[in-house]
Amino acid sequence: MSETYACHKVSEGVIEGDVLISTDDFCFYLVDPKTGVVIEKNHCLEGQSIADKILVFPSGKGSSVVQADGMYQLKMTGKGPKALIIKYPDTVLVASSIIMEMPVVDRVPNSFYEQVKNGDKLRVDADQGTLTILS
Amino acid sequence: MQLTVEEQEMLDGKYGKGTQIAMKIQVALGEVFDAPKMVPVSRTHVALSNQEADLWFVEKLVNAGAKCRVSPTVNPGFNLEYFQCITTISKEDEQTIRRTRQAYKDIGATLTFDCTPYLEKNVPRFGEITAFSESSATPFINSVYGARTNRESAQSALCAAITGRTPLYGFLLDENRKGQVLVDVQADVKNDFDYQLLGYAVPKKLQFKTPVFVNLPTTPSPAALMNLGAQLNTAGNVPMYHIVGVTPEARTIEDAFQGDEPERIITITQEDLDQVHAEITDPVGKIDFALFGCPHFNLNQVAQVAELVKGKKLEVKLWIMTSSLTKELATRMGYLETLQAAGGDIVDDTCMDQPCWEFLYGKKGVTDSPKCAYYTKRRNMQFVIRKVEDCIEAAMRGEVS
Repeated sequence: MSETYACHKVSEGVIEGDVLISTDDFCFYLVDPKTGVVIEKNHCLEGQSIADKILVFPSGKGSSVVQADGMYQLKMTGKGPKALIIKYPDTVLVASSIIMEMPVVDRVPNSFYEQVKNGDKLRVDADQGTLTILS
Repeated sequence: MQLTVEEQEMLDGKYGKGTQIAMKIQVALGEVFDAPKMVPVSRTHVALSNQEADLWFVEKLVNAGAKCRVSPTVNPGFNLEYFQCITTISKEDEQTIRRTRQAYKDIGATLTFDCTPYLEKNVPRFGEITAFSESSATPFINSVYGARTNRESAQSALCAAITGRTPLYGFLLDENRKGQVLVDVQADVKNDFDYQLLGYAVPKKLQFKTPVFVNLPTTPSPAALMNLGAQLNTAGNVPMYHIVGVTPEARTIEDAFQGDEPERIITITQEDLDQVHAEITDPVGKIDFALFGCPHFNLNQVAQVAELVKGKKLEVKLWIMTSSLTKELATRMGYLETLQAAGGDIVDDTCMDQPCWEFLYGKKGVTDSPKCAYYTKRRNMQFVIRKVEDCIEAAMRGEVS
């Protein structure tokens, strides 16, 4: 049984993967590019790997350079997330995502956030503006 | 999005491939934020980082023939010639910084290599539309000068420098500059360091709203405002703040909220500041060095340190990172000589988050900047965070207690 939700394209792409939810804002620079493991002190995902996940989080944070640098290194090592689902787009995260060709969506209904859990299989279609929970 | 004929021609490639790439990215940004059109920018600042993504992107644009219409000032990488005198720089790191310098020169940047261009080389007037990246710069431009910029990334600011345009959205618009949350400061904010802690403590309680501070001193130093903005954008993402009676769009509370009521009121107490201080600092103990200048110290801050070490001996090495202009003034005024006599030094054109500091990896230092401590986690540098006076005292003893 699958459920589909509307969303809004930030950066193009279509991809499937497993959901990982961060309740804290996210800075890609504080992820070890060799492993994809979050190294930020006191972050809710500290010690967990974001590699190949569809990362759901509120907003980007951190300086104007490190998001792109962090994302680029993860892209090069292949330990980055597959897609991002965000609540509050900011210029730094959006520009970095477009340049690094990372699929990103926002404007997701609350019903999605109520339903989605860690480990859910999700299809993100930024181009069509849909999210589908597959299982 | 409505484009002018010239903008459409940039997008179509009439001004070359490099300009086309830049315009494409800006149109995509504009569409995400529902911008109706582009507007001209008259100043830009690019947060050069001398890291892989930075070099990859600027070289890609240079190779595609891009040239800046509005020459941006740029952030520091590291001062290769200085560090080659005091440590070993790997061939690879040497090559990267040389390529970074060359690429930014080729694209037509103004090679200031400092992160505080808003203090001396790139100062906007009230209301001016600009594109500034660099997390301490964006809030200073918006809040302190009342000029306008979104919180640009290094890459989006470079695109704006190339096209001379930015999409019209966010903090360029009157209605989005309105204060949203009233921040009642009940803590005792008395020196520049307290603004670091305040900046770090607020974002978690703020939830992406624009803060309006009340009950803060009405004569903050430039360093205090620099610190506040830098830490608001390390712990969070706050392109603009208001301080009632201090910043130009907040002459009164009504002015700051554009006549509306605050959505929420939050209170910051002394316990909040003490708690955040305890959370972000590494444990006390023996230290190996002291590092200042994240963001780059201004001349008054350099003078303060020089005064504190005058005629004394430091137990550990001390560096202050500044702009080349500040270093030149500090040399003329004798501050550099005083610092060097005590065992310290000034290094210009350099950021703390660079491979030139490899000789300090795995060691513990003292700094006044939470931002410095946060970003160097990746380089395995530990920092005890203290106010400047206490840092100097620790550097003279070789220990923080």
